[in-house]
Amino acid sequence: MENLIALLIAAPLLGAAVLLCGGRRLDAVGHWIGTVLAAVSFVIGVVLFADLLGRSADDRTLTQHLWSWIPVEGFKADVAFQLDQLSMTFVLLITGVGSLIHLYSVGYMEHDERRRRFFGYLNLFLAAMLLLVLADNYLLLYVGWEGVGLASYLLIGFWQHKPSAATAAKKAFLVNRVGDMGLSIAVMLMFTTFGTFAFAPLLGTQEEPGIAGDASEGTLTGIALLLLLAACGKSAQVPLQSWLGDAMEGPTPVSALIHAATMVTAGVYLIVRSGAIFNAAPDAQLVVTVVGAVTLLFGAIVGCAKDDIKKALAGSTMSQIGYMVLAAGLGPIGYVWAIMHLVTHGFFKAGLFLGAGSVMHGMNDEVDMRRYGGLRKYMPITFVTFGLGYLAIIGFPGLSGFFSKDKIIEAAFAKGGTEGWILGGAALLGAAITAYYMTRVMLMTFFGEKRWQPDADGHEPHPHESPRSMTIPMIVLAFGSVFAGAFFTIGDRFLNWLEPVTGDDHGHSPLSATTVTLATMVVLVVGVAIAYGQYGRRPVPVVAPRGSMLTRAARRDLLQDDFNHVVLVRGGEHLTRSLVYVDHTLVDGVVNGTAASVGGLSGRMRRVQNGFVRSYAVSMFGGAAILIAATLLMRAV
Amino acid sequence: MSGQLAAYTTSTGEAFQFWVLGTVAVIGALCTVFMKKAVHSALCLAGTMIVLAVFYLANGAYFLGIVQIVVYTGAIMMLFLFVVMLVGVTAADSLRETIRGQRWLALLCGLGFGILLMGGIGHASIKEFNGLTQANANGNVEGLAALIFTKYVFAFEITGALLITAAVGAMVLTHRERTERARTQRELAEQRVREGKHLPPLPAPGVYARHNAVDIAGLLPDGTPSELTVNKTLRERGQIRDVSAEALNDLRALEQRAEERLERTAIDPVNVKRAEEASK
Amino acid sequence: MNPVNYLYLAALLFTIGATGVLIRRNAIVVFMCIELMLNACNLAFVAFSRMHGNLDGQIIAFFTMVVAAAEVVVGLAIIVSLFRTRHSASVDDASLMKL
Repeated sequence: MENLIALLIAAPLLGAAVLLCGGRRLDAVGHWIGTVLAAVSFVIGVVLFADLLGRSADDRTLTQHLWSWIPVEGFKADVAFQLDQLSMTFVLLITGVGSLIHLYSVGYMEHDERRRRFFGYLNLFLAAMLLLVLADNYLLLYVGWEGVGLASYLLIGFWQHKPSAATAAKKAFLVNRVGDMGLSIAVMLMFTTFGTFAFAPLLGTQEEPGIAGDASEGTLTGIALLLLLAACGKSAQVPLQSWLGDAMEGPTPVSALIHAATMVTAGVYLIVRSGAIFNAAPDAQLVVTVVGAVTLLFGAIVGCAKDDIKKALAGSTMSQIGYMVLAAGLGPIGYVWAIMHLVTHGFFKAGLFLGAGSVMHGMNDEVDMRRYGGLRKYMPITFVTFGLGYLAIIGFPGLSGFFSKDKIIEAAFAKGGTEGWILGGAALLGAAITAYYMTRVMLMTFFGEKRWQPDADGHEPHPHESPRSMTIPMIVLAFGSVFAGAFFTIGDRFLNWLEPVTGDDHGHSPLSATTVTLATMVVLVVGVAIAYGQYGRRPVPVVAPRGSMLTRAARRDLLQDDFNHVVLVRGGEHLTRSLVYVDHTLVDGVVNGTAASVGGLSGRMRRVQNGFVRSYAVSMFGGAAILIAATLLMRAV
Repeated sequence: MSGQLAAYTTSTGEAFQFWVLGTVAVIGALCTVFMKKAVHSALCLAGTMIVLAVFYLANGAYFLGIVQIVVYTGAIMMLFLFVVMLVGVTAADSLRETIRGQRWLALLCGLGFGILLMGGIGHASIKEFNGLTQANANGNVEGLAALIFTKYVFAFEITGALLITAAVGAMVLTHRERTERARTQRELAEQRVREGKHLPPLPAPGVYARHNAVDIAGLLPDGTPSELTVNKTLRERGQIRDVSAEALNDLRALEQRAEERLERTAIDPVNVKRAEEASK
Repeated sequence: MNPVNYLYLAALLFTIGATGVLIRRNAIVVFMCIELMLNACNLAFVAFSRMHGNLDGQIIAFFTMVVAAAEVVVGLAIIVSLFRTRHSASVDDASLMKL
């Protein structure tokens, strides 16, 4: 069974290689090759899952050692995989949702002449992400991590003829580099501290803790904060969140893939995987929760103000990942719920994005929600699936978001003390805002009267339902959105499944579970009601009103880019300029001064070499005299 | 004096000889360095070497003393003189120093070197010496020969090779390779015709009946000397003696004496002319 | 008088010769000064020979003479060929080694 693990990665990797190297010959069938290989990977994942289910809970870790990567004395890196419950969950999510997105893309990218290349990149994305979650050491994880960065760069900038897309790809890549640097330093720090970066000896198991806890708390906090920096980069958490909104320049399936199954989940995976390190560094955990809470509100506020449907969803993603990071920062109380929310979010967010893509597909790639309206009559399937996703994300009772988000809020309160109240309050507030902005999206898109107009070329949009290859994935994902939460929660299936890896802790919640659920319901209703009052009962203006200061700031992503520009770009420029000045005056001064003094000295010394034999003879004679003097001196002494 | 008995002093005669000849040697050495002309330097050096030869003899090195005179003063110094002549006895070497500070540095170094060297010798404080009576018992030349052909035979052979190499080297260095064919007499004559000057051989030097030395330019009909008549080397060295005015001066001096004897106060040119006509 | 005086004389002559080498520019005179230095050495050797009571010093002086003869032959040949190409016997004129 172990030998199948490598095949999980090999299948999409083979697809990427074939599609990217195959040339135009494969244009006709390329997309199907990509989809089938993604599906093959999913099937292998299911087979392995069945195998794991057949084992006892303690025996559910499979490892596969492929080859020794860097066999140097004292530095051992292997290409080896580790498949446990956590990896398995991710594998199923990545390959499952990934396959559906592949299928969806077949229809969505039908008219793109570079479709084969697109599928090659998608497969590369899957392969890199699978490598990331299956690696059994941090160095190999880093390879996958960089692979994900590369694939996201290629996909976000897929429509590279658009300057905005090219810029967005660059931005995503650069912002990610910051996080990557954190990860690479963390790996180095781990190696110098522990002498290894393999999971097994480092992190250990629930029963036998690894050597990670042996280091001083300061070192562990440092490593944990660097890992958090890495997670912030990949998962678009404050302060490295700015790339996510711009990443919407990529084709919609890419957005779905990035937001639901692959990229942004990597950060959460990293934190949960490194749980042993974070558990030993409470300060770092606190920072993680703060980052999660801030991002949760940040993303939600941004989502409220955006008129671009994809950007509104992007804000939502940021917010939901914030929930996960918050939960992951809570420690064993929250690990399971972070992952569970990640999975349910994978379903409904993929569904929402695919739905948004479907809407755009029918509206001539129009993204402004103010030019939608009343689409439920024209796109019934999209409406229903999108609506189910909507209900799931706001946490409508019984749907998957309800279970997972509720648990996170509960866990936040269970953190205890003032922190618990603050974090729980933030999570509750986030839930209210989520309900508000998702209702807003829903109302502006599918309800009200139609507001679309001919575009610049005079083409009147003809809203229509999307082809079968696009609707089927949406339907499947809608099923997941509806039932996954309940399926996981009933009988604590998910908890029991993951508990051997992540541990479990109920904490001491000041509020009972019922109270939290009720509170959540209340804020949910409030959020929906406000949104309905603003967008359901009144007609939506086609041109956005000026709005309050907060709205305007939120439209500009809460000034994140301005902040980056002022603090980082300007600051960097000034720093560079002053460094250049220092370089020119001080460093060059020293270097050139040395050179000049050496030159001047040699210029003077050169006069000694005047070419006259007699001058040389004088020096010889003087030398002889000195030698005699030295000899006499030695004799005298 | 028995063989190994150490002596502390030499005879008074030798001491006297040392102080006199030593002074001569030092003066000769100084003159070698400071004489302007190379020829003078060479002669002074030869004198110093002869003094040294005497010292060798006084020190019991009879063979070396003779060799010093024969080889050094006789052969090597003659070689020097030959080269001095060959290279040209340029009027005098300028003693003006062209390299800044060279002279002072040289004197400083020389002074320091000499003081140190002598200090070293004085430091050695040698009070006694062995003398060569025993070593020279069988004759100095025999003693040297016995050493040269036994102990130093290899060095001796090698010096032979060195001498041969030096001879060959000297020939190689001074040998001038002709880069073009030597011109024949006919070609030279033709060249003179082409250039249109001195078709006949160059005029001979000397004023006939008065001077026939090679450094005296022949006189042209108007009485001026012609440089053409003098050897090129002498001409370049500026060693031409001008005698063009001598004949007239002599005549004037003769007339002066004649007048003094005849007690005439002045020569009346008219009378002279008349007298000349009358004589015809 | 002690034969050490011969050593003092040799040292004096050697120093005079060395200074001459440094001061004079005419290559021939320089050569003469070198000969003077060699002769001073010879005198020292002969004096040593007497002081030690064996003939090895004289042998060395003899070899020095031979070598000096060879050196003079080659050196004068060099001077002649130098003069032929440069029309000067000044050692300062052969200063092409400077920059």
